Amino acid sequence: MSYEYKTQGYNVVDAGRRLVVDPVTRIEGHLRCEVNINDDNVITNAVSCGTIFRGIEIILKGRDPRDAWAFTERICGVCTGTHALSSVQAVENALGIDIPDNANIIRNLMQLCLMYHDHLVHLYHLTGLDWVDVVSASTADPKATSELAQKLSPWPNSSPGYFQSVKDKLLKLINSGQLGIFTNGYWGHPAYKLPPEANLMVVAHYIEALDFQKDVVHIHTIFGGKNPHPNWLVGGVPCSLNIDGVGAADVINQERLDFILQVIERCRTFAQQVVIPDTLALASFYGDWLNIGGGLSKLSVLAYGGIPDIANDYTDKSLLLPPGAIINGNFNEVLPVSLTDPEEIQETVNHSWYKSYPAGKIGLHPWEGITEPHYNPGPNIKGTPTALKQVDERDRYSWLKTPLWRGHQMEVGPLARMLIGYARKNSEITDLVDDFLGRAGGVPVTVLQSTLGRIAARSLELAWSAEKMRYFYDRLITNLKNGVRATANTTKWKPETWPTTELRGVGFTEAPRGALGHWIKIKDRKIENYQCVVPTTWNGAPRSPDGQLSAYEASLMNTHMDIPEQPLEILRTLHSFDPCLACSTHIIGPDGKDLLTVRMDRGM
Amino acid sequence: MAHLETTAEVLRNRGVSRRDFMKFCALTAVAMGLGPGADLAIAQALSTKPRLPVLWINGLSCSCCTESFLRTAHPLAADIILSMIALDYQDTIMAAAGHQANETYEQAIEKYKGQYILALEGNVPMNEQGMYCIDGGKPFYEKLKMGVEHAKAVVAWGTCASWGCVQAASPNPTAATPLHKLFPNKPQIKVPGCPAIPEVMSAILTYIITYDRLPSLDSQGRPEMFYGVRVHDQCYRRAHFDAGQFVESWDDEGARSGLCLYKMGCKGPTTYNACPSTRWNNGVSFPIQSGHGCIGCSEQNFWDQQSFYDRITTIPHMGTNSTAETVGVAAVAGVAAGVAIHGAASMVRHACCDKKKAPEVNEDTSKS
Repeated sequence: MSYEYKTQGYNVVDAGRRLVVDPVTRIEGHLRCEVNINDDNVITNAVSCGTIFRGIEIILKGRDPRDAWAFTERICGVCTGTHALSSVQAVENALGIDIPDNANIIRNLMQLCLMYHDHLVHLYHLTGLDWVDVVSASTADPKATSELAQKLSPWPNSSPGYFQSVKDKLLKLINSGQLGIFTNGYWGHPAYKLPPEANLMVVAHYIEALDFQKDVVHIHTIFGGKNPHPNWLVGGVPCSLNIDGVGAADVINQERLDFILQVIERCRTFAQQVVIPDTLALASFYGDWLNIGGGLSKLSVLAYGGIPDIANDYTDKSLLLPPGAIINGNFNEVLPVSLTDPEEIQETVNHSWYKSYPAGKIGLHPWEGITEPHYNPGPNIKGTPTALKQVDERDRYSWLKTPLWRGHQMEVGPLARMLIGYARKNSEITDLVDDFLGRAGGVPVTVLQSTLGRIAARSLELAWSAEKMRYFYDRLITNLKNGVRATANTTKWKPETWPTTELRGVGFTEAPRGALGHWIKIKDRKIENYQCVVPTTWNGAPRSPDGQLSAYEASLMNTHMDIPEQPLEILRTLHSFDPCLACSTHIIGPDGKDLLTVRMDRGM
Repeated sequence: MAHLETTAEVLRNRGVSRRDFMKFCALTAVAMGLGPGADLAIAQALSTKPRLPVLWINGLSCSCCTESFLRTAHPLAADIILSMIALDYQDTIMAAAGHQANETYEQAIEKYKGQYILALEGNVPMNEQGMYCIDGGKPFYEKLKMGVEHAKAVVAWGTCASWGCVQAASPNPTAATPLHKLFPNKPQIKVPGCPAIPEVMSAILTYIITYDRLPSLDSQGRPEMFYGVRVHDQCYRRAHFDAGQFVESWDDEGARSGLCLYKMGCKGPTTYNACPSTRWNNGVSFPIQSGHGCIGCSEQNFWDQQSFYDRITTIPHMGTNSTAETVGVAAVAGVAAGVAIHGAASMVRHACCDKKKAPEVNEDTSKS
């Protein structure tokens, strides 16, 4: 029996055909999406299901807080390092540890490097294939591609011969009978709008970006020893600075600094000459997608803020990515956000595969979070509990919880950050956005509130992060010039120096995908409670207790699909958020009693 | 069916000259530590075989192994993906989604029965009927089983698939289970590390393509060429260890001069991996070079060996040139065990771990 209700300006109707996309690929983790479409192939109901659960936070209980960064970093190997950053900040916040200026600079360099890398891979390798028809590219005239590329950018890889060689490689791959990762793509789908020469240009950049992204992370490798999963440290950073020591020895010497600068400068050039021109090209051919998929970005957006300019100052004054919340579509007012106010951020579980909270509680602040996983998709699913054909969104349908800010579902991410920065009249962000809008033909800022706008916001932030890497690099050099070389504060390194009473801390940043917060309770020098509320928990949540759609769900509503069996439109909009599902499932809480008894013999 | 090109043909068609191709073969031979003439063997193999089909699936993981693989510099990831192997299924980068993705997987299994490599990233939750990891509405285990059944061999990427890794750390709430415990009889290679080193991952694929066999494995199923020696034994800071020169505190003068990190908890003495020799990300650095000790991420249960900053107290004597086959097993206190004694060893291990952990668990729950 069908149902119908109104929420957030949408008319949700579950009649008509139900389509299922599972697995949603080119994301991190496991995601399922179900939609209903009406007779006109328009989406009238969207259901987002997180289908992976790992339980890192319960594993953290009882452990040394100085180790937490390594565990939480493994929440995600894609946005690697950003959880570690939030974690060391949370522990430092709880223990009252200040870090040296150099440590703040190096952490920012690592976080900005991550942001750049993540956005680059997202644009070309994760969402790129939604907009670029690889098979069509193989029919392009390389001369015409060369003319297009040279018109758009001074990037040197733009000769007819170069594009001919890319085309030849593509043709050989297609004719080889082994298409590999391009097998079963939606090639020839009418929603692909790029002419063959533009397709060929972006395919060439897909390959160039694949080669370049491995070099971008060398900044992590130098400061943190490896990537993915570089090393971090409570109280500072593990790498020392040594410019004038014997033999200019370990760890960061002039050779390493020159290496880092070279990577940063390549990042700046690639952003300006490849990424931004490609984004503008996409916008010019896919103008209709500047009106599709806006979802919650038109209504409610949230940022915690990140990239502190001043060491140990996590207030508005210091954060280069400004925090704030906008609700009810009122973009004239940016509300302040507190991560410690129990009334602001709360998580709910009414539509998630967890036991309900005790004492009739609906939502809980992360410091008080309770999670008891319980897979129970309800009696009205289609199929069986271990062979789902269709979930029941009126019941429980996801491993994600639903976080709310003052009762609202919120969108987080690059677009939210740009909109909040713009509304706050942050001059760097308004300049960046206005310049882009001007180059896109003088379109209004509201076009960013769309699927393509979400992707454009990422490109803008990628360019911004490259500039900021240079800024912090120069600050590091200035410190070295002035003889400032401390990178760690070890006065409270030893647990014996800590009190045994309960300590609370919160660490936060802006991960590439959006607002990321870690909440910790330390007692008897061990982790008592640990909770993360992460970007994809915000964006990909199931419905709120009062039926509000999450950002993923809202953004899919009212979208027309050309060929429902080939769900390119669904992929475009979901990918515009860069979903990351391993991040977004939780298990924690002082009442996690049952969980602790669920033990398998690890030696089986 | 279209003619399946050999790897060499594909490379040639992608504009790689014969000279560059031979250079690539020589570099690969060097990277794998192979003797004289190996470059010719590689060239011969790549010239006569169609591209190796690889199906790569993800269970409970963080995708760090996929990301690591994409960072490989020699060979380049683009060359591997587009020229050397036929990566028909890799859900983090493949074009298809939903039922088209699942069809790709099933069709590839059918088409390449007994010939493809099944690569597993992550591991398999056995609690909640496997529904802690759902794929196509079903437990991920079913997808894995289907792929393993007809595979020529299975590669366990990273510590998740090899040993369990972070989601299997105590108390392992999802019952995350590594590959060899689910399919003990299938030929498989463990490539541990969190993640595995990019160039090690690609070298192992290159080895399989070249020689049409799995590399020589140690008693725990790891390629000896990369996991045969302790980090400690290849570490460029080893001379400081032998001389008794240690970092005593973060960012002290010792840290700034690159002294040994053993007293800061470095697990190099009990960890088998190629980090100091191959290094990371095209040889740019490795954890010890950047100033942090090794956390032992390629070792079994490394999460449950106390804090990363606790000094290890049992290490083999200085100067021994030990391998994983000899003193290493004893060195990793209570961690590893040879295949023959595996069962007994794990029983002892669990008794030991449970004993250690139990009071904490009780304490925590009683507080609430």
